[in-house]
Amino acid sequence: MKIAIASGKGGTGKTTLSTNLAAYLAEKESVVLTDLDVEEPNSGLFIHGNLINREDKYKAVPRWNSDNCTLCGNCQKVCNFHAVIQLVDQIMVFPELCHSCYACSELCPTGSLPMIPEKMGELREYQSGNLHFVESKLDVGQEQAVPLIAQTNKYVDEKYSDEIIKLYDSPPGTSCPVIEVTKDADFVILVTEPTPFGLHDLTLAVETMRELDKKFGVVVNRYGIGNDDVIDYCESEKIPVIAKISNSRRIAELYSRGRLLYGEIPELKDELVKVFDFVKGNLDRGET
Amino acid sequence: MKEIVVISGKGGTGKTSITASFAYLGGGEIVVADCDVDAADLHLLLEPDFKTAEDFYSGVIAKIDQDACTKCGKCAEVCRFGAIPVIDGQYVVQPLDCEGCGYCARICPTEAIAMNLQNVGEWYISTIKTGSSMVHARLGIGAENSGKLVAKVKNEAKNIAEEQDRKYVLVDGSPGIGCPVVSSLSGANFVVLVTEPTVSGIHDLKRVYELVKKFGIKTGCIINKADLNNTVEKEILQFLSENDINHIASLPYDETFTEAMTNGQTIVEFGESRVKNLIEQSWDKIKDIA
Repeated sequence: MKIAIASGKGGTGKTTLSTNLAAYLAEKESVVLTDLDVEEPNSGLFIHGNLINREDKYKAVPRWNSDNCTLCGNCQKVCNFHAVIQLVDQIMVFPELCHSCYACSELCPTGSLPMIPEKMGELREYQSGNLHFVESKLDVGQEQAVPLIAQTNKYVDEKYSDEIIKLYDSPPGTSCPVIEVTKDADFVILVTEPTPFGLHDLTLAVETMRELDKKFGVVVNRYGIGNDDVIDYCESEKIPVIAKISNSRRIAELYSRGRLLYGEIPELKDELVKVFDFVKGNLDRGET
Repeated sequence: MKEIVVISGKGGTGKTSITASFAYLGGGEIVVADCDVDAADLHLLLEPDFKTAEDFYSGVIAKIDQDACTKCGKCAEVCRFGAIPVIDGQYVVQPLDCEGCGYCARICPTEAIAMNLQNVGEWYISTIKTGSSMVHARLGIGAENSGKLVAKVKNEAKNIAEEQDRKYVLVDGSPGIGCPVVSSLSGANFVVLVTEPTVSGIHDLKRVYELVKKFGIKTGCIINKADLNNTVEKEILQFLSENDINHIASLPYDETFTEAMTNGQTIVEFGESRVKNLIEQSWDKIKDIA
């Protein structure tokens, strides 16, 4: 069961929900939490366990070998990303722009651009009881999150059966990294806050989920601030509001210290139960 | 003309609320650029009129002409993105998986594959409630190339600022450290980092500063919700002083931000408050050091 936790707007509580839900469910059964916000991964600040694996992650980029190169210019011509540039007497590669499509390399008549692995980030896996936690971190200076997200997904798919609960902490927004995270999910939880910013970014996230034909529901965090527009919107769009987490300075303070919340805030535990029961019931019944 | 970019690494730290306040305070001195094109929110506080709107095309996507296709399968073979599965006996490009590299089109023996320009969003030039101009955009669903749309928004804002002889371009950047952020930073004169004293706030601040450092841009920092956690605030202050980052201000945890937002206003328009004074001082300080 793959559940992605996403949001349009950043800072609405994706990580709070992901980590608390994962830790709570792991009290009874096996759970894999994967942090796919590879640009700024935060789940690891709340989940602690034993490091059981660490891998550097690579993407393939071309490296120029001058030996047989005739400077025919084909590589520059076939690169749609301007990552390969021909100068007067050499070929220059800009790895940060390369999408690893292999066109320049495989279409080079003299084999002068072999693909070489270049490190783009690091994956770590931790375990604490039933809770398995995987996080990937993009190296600063690397611009593309998608290849690292794809490799992290593959790692989790190969290592853990789809029978166990898999939670995915997504990056904010609605562009390519979010699609990469949510496209294979069975259910997407959109976390928002009841403010104009929260509502606006929620509508974008909802459009994205509809475009992807995903099952999804909304969790309203910091409930009590702002106004009722988010709730009214969900009602008129027939989007289920699965849970509401009340606004509280105490939650903000616990969060600031890197603490999990559900042990100290009993109401939160009730909301976590609601979230999981809803998602599980929905998937079991095969509802859309 | 100076370009001031506000970024935060972590989302939800108050970046956009603070940027909107500066836009209000700066009035006619400023042209605003909303470069958080993924989840643009500045327009909710600044009342743009969407005077001109233009489609933005960037990148290409493959499309197979089924009549010309001989089903040789070479395209699917070379596609590193698994974007060309066989569906009902036909090779069909999945738009969300296609990266637009064009490798398939180049090797197709019957030239059955076209690479079509993609509409990735819309961008606007508006007049906002201060009478000044704002350039903003809306990225299409799941679109790539948000970095290029960011560059477009920023360059248009710069052009307007030069034409109209404005002193500042104020840029609301996006969260993270990836391509849209890199695009927001390139060419900037001053960076304002907005953070909060939480374990994730300081973690993300350090990562995004590593990126800023590569650009060698002068940097200041605003700690929002500063009284939420005094220990982490002190850690942040120490990080700032070790890295020669100007501590512009510490703002208290104040739900007036949300009340003002719900009212469609920036906090500096929303009655007298301590936060209002601190943001006014911050803007003066930024103008001083940028």
